[in-house]
Amino acid sequence: MLVLGIESSCDETGVALYDTEAGLLAHHLHSQIAMHAEYGGVVPELASRDHIRRVLPLTQATLDEAGRQLTDIDAIAYTAGPGLAGALLVGASVANALAFALGKPTIAVHHLEGHLLSPLLADPAPSFPFVALLVSGGHTQLMAVHGVGHYELLGETVDDAAGEAFDKSAKLLGLGYPGGPALSKLADQGDATRFKLPRPMLHSGDLEMSFSGLKTAVLNLVKEQSPLNETTTADICAAFQEAIVEVLVKKSLAALKQTGLKRLVIAGGVGANRQLRAALDDAARKRRFEVFYPPLSLCTDNGAMIAHAGAKRLAFAQAAGSFSIQPRWDLASLPAVE
Amino acid sequence: MQDNTAFTCFLPEEASTLKLGAALARVLLPGMTLFLEGDLGAGKTTLTRGILRGLGFAGRVKSPTYTLVESYALSSLYFYHFDLYRFSDPLEWEDAGLREYFNAQSLCLIEWADKAEGLLPPPDWIIRLAPEGEGRRIRIEPRSEQGTSCLEKLNKQPPI
Repeated sequence: MLVLGIESSCDETGVALYDTEAGLLAHHLHSQIAMHAEYGGVVPELASRDHIRRVLPLTQATLDEAGRQLTDIDAIAYTAGPGLAGALLVGASVANALAFALGKPTIAVHHLEGHLLSPLLADPAPSFPFVALLVSGGHTQLMAVHGVGHYELLGETVDDAAGEAFDKSAKLLGLGYPGGPALSKLADQGDATRFKLPRPMLHSGDLEMSFSGLKTAVLNLVKEQSPLNETTTADICAAFQEAIVEVLVKKSLAALKQTGLKRLVIAGGVGANRQLRAALDDAARKRRFEVFYPPLSLCTDNGAMIAHAGAKRLAFAQAAGSFSIQPRWDLASLPAVE
Repeated sequence: MQDNTAFTCFLPEEASTLKLGAALARVLLPGMTLFLEGDLGAGKTTLTRGILRGLGFAGRVKSPTYTLVESYALSSLYFYHFDLYRFSDPLEWEDAGLREYFNAQSLCLIEWADKAEGLLPPPDWIIRLAPEGEGRRIRIEPRSEQGTSCLEKLNKQPPI
């Protein structure tokens, strides 16, 4: 069965083709394809939520790369929520219009389920059950994943997401916005022992996290050390990254302990962070658990995870034409796939 | 300096920001639009949490930076918390389809409103948070008749 997946819940427009036998055939993100030819110029940043102009050229590019035709598609999966209503409607309308014209069914996919299952696209893939740390610019949560649709929220951030703390601290350090990756790069050159930043809620005794206070601590440090020279900036970056990584690792270990599970899966953009991966790999060796990451290109929002999650939910495919989106949607309310 | 209509006070710690937020919740009405200004780390999210606690919401108050808007369905009104920080052009306001959130049943609080300059509905209040010593100073300026009358109620009952 060949599933087309469309993601348009926030900034990224992503399209992918997933085959239940052959796996992921092709996927494209608006930022990764040469849009210049299609639009005769550079796509301005202001179009970051302009999914309408993107989704069809991306679909064509994906089909071309996979060497398939629209008529080969068996079902169309789309992100139905959570996300921005206007952005979600674009993907949902296109998916339903295409599917209606082709006489194929559609599958409404939960954006976070797409992320949670994305490590299954890696080789080797984890088997169920596992603990998932979903950590990105918009989310930071720990879930117990017992199977497709069997999700249990263990803990999450009470304020800012970890990726957001990276980006905003980078801004405070004069590294631009979003500067999370730039901050991580500088952190590699810095001395993490020179400054001590707080580890919010590290000892809260539960799996909740908080990153808003860390941003304020960086602000105070920047004021105190101002004007910043290169060494000091790198040292603050290193201290910041160490604080975030320690919280994420300790909370993940606590989640494994609490659930008794032996597999940890990382998903989301911050999952690409090298120090986080190194610290988790190290902990996995010492504590004898397995850790899995999605392919780097699938850490951020993308269409592949939607096509993949749709393929896992073929049993819930519906006739195209009538649809609704869910800007707010509780992951725990999803029906389980047996 | 304080003119006749503006409100200002010093907030020495997080608890006082939360307490003031709850006091604001007692005078705010559905249909109002608030702009909330202040740099990163100025306490904008904390003040918002205080307002939501005052309105009876006990759950998590997450930053809307990534999602652009977090919505809260409360018993008395809909509360929408916007954050336009990631906008690089005011036209993104139209692209994101956020105009529909503004109506007589909703209370809209907007962080980084200057990023959509000229396209937003006029505010009833402009709230500014700025660091002062170890704490913060808040200043609320009314910008409409309704905004002025709500702020008068607050001025009559100094919250802190």
